[in-house]
Amino acid sequence: MLTSHVRGVRPGGGFPLRIELEHYPRYSPYGYGLAQASEVKVNNVDFNQEFTARMIPKVEWGALVEAAESLGHRSDLPSEPIPDYGSNEDFLRKVHHVLMEVEVIEGVLKCPDTGREFPITKGIPNMLLSEEET
Amino acid sequence: MTPVHVFHVQGNFNYFDIFRSIFELWGNGISVEELHASLKKYPVEKMEPYLQSNFTYKIKVHAFNKTLTQQEKIERIDSVEFLPFKGKVNLKNPDHNFWYLEDYGTDPNNIPEHPLHLYFGRWIANGQRDLIESYSVKRRHFIGNTSMDACLAFIMANHGRVKTNDIVFDPFVGTGGLLIASAHFGAYVCGTDIDYNTVHGLGKASRKNQKWRGPDENIRANLRQYGLENYYLDILISDASKPIWRKGMQFDAIITDPPYGIREATRRTGSQKEMTKAAERGTENHISISSNYHLSDILFDLLKFAAEYLVIRGRLVYWLPVYKPEYTEEIIPRHPCLKLISNCEQMLSSHTSRHLITMEKVKEFESQH
Repeated sequence: MLTSHVRGVRPGGGFPLRIELEHYPRYSPYGYGLAQASEVKVNNVDFNQEFTARMIPKVEWGALVEAAESLGHRSDLPSEPIPDYGSNEDFLRKVHHVLMEVEVIEGVLKCPDTGREFPITKGIPNMLLSEEET
Repeated sequence: MTPVHVFHVQGNFNYFDIFRSIFELWGNGISVEELHASLKKYPVEKMEPYLQSNFTYKIKVHAFNKTLTQQEKIERIDSVEFLPFKGKVNLKNPDHNFWYLEDYGTDPNNIPEHPLHLYFGRWIANGQRDLIESYSVKRRHFIGNTSMDACLAFIMANHGRVKTNDIVFDPFVGTGGLLIASAHFGAYVCGTDIDYNTVHGLGKASRKNQKWRGPDENIRANLRQYGLENYYLDILISDASKPIWRKGMQFDAIITDPPYGIREATRRTGSQKEMTKAAERGTENHISISSNYHLSDILFDLLKFAAEYLVIRGRLVYWLPVYKPEYTEEIIPRHPCLKLISNCEQMLSSHTSRHLITMEKVKEFESQH
């Protein structure tokens, strides 16, 4: 029974995938699109310079700064990543703080296009949508 | 995956790298008599340095694929008394460790009465077997009905080539057992799961003698238990079949145990009929409507996700359930961006098994795939 389910799968096979990006907020676990935080906690997380430097090209800088700002934790982050950030510990420590230590415990993530709000409960965002919304 | 390979330095599968413990083999055989005969042939001058009266020792008995009673273990230890031990036994901190191993094969449904092979040797160095013990699910704070065995979780992380400063993602995170293994290797971890109650540690406990989950049963607490909280990135409640990730987000490895709908329900959001059921479950902020989620859909979505969101050379490691009489290699799902690296079988019953599939992203994803 189990394999018969799998048998139909072929590369590029005709499975309908519901991809409706426009209804989703631009979101990544690093805090984009945050709004209306009602409880923010600062955790102590060991600083890892190499990892933090690796994260910078992965994040959308503007969104990160905006999210940090909205939480009152911008910590003097510039509006553009500084050149040669990999060796600038002061700068990376600030990024580390925003990325790894500031956590929204209770709040919502709001979609900038539709206004749909995704609640965050005990630090865990709920991204589920009902059928009508997909 | 018989662990007896500890005796062979080279293995066909890379997970021997995890387990490789080195023993000096003093004797072996396919019966107790053969083992004893073989031990008696082992040169005394090679044994003596480790059996002097000024050294303490311990004999550890272990059976693969069978649980021995304490009594049986003592019998095994007594049976090798003829070896010229001169030192005192010290169970806590011996100078020398000796292992008596019995191999009962790999099929849990067909355990032979007598071991297929017996070994006796002096322990020299460990692979990471101790690690498995210390991460045992039995002692883990937060677990579910299908928490991955700690040893398999390490094998998966090893197949995924998880390393320091990686970002590892599990789209069916459950109680986060696979993330623990990845975090152990220094990777930062995140995961999603569709089940609000599991992720929040609500509802009935999975442990015997415990009815409800405690207030702090969550993935973060699990990582904390092992001193790995620093590696917690984020956990989200989300439907793995829905795109919540920004384009361009890249993971170094995706390691997961997709739900098969056998032991834990397989669900995704969508059907209306389940509406009332979901409402009864009483998820607070938002009612999730779940429908049956076909296995092939799960895998198709998973491969597509991996093709898009892995870094080049990043790996996808997952379990594929198999009905053995119908198995052929054809059933392993493929994706043009993913190359099949390995396929290892673990037997579950006479008709079913699961295959640990490892794939590597070899080509950039283009949306027409």
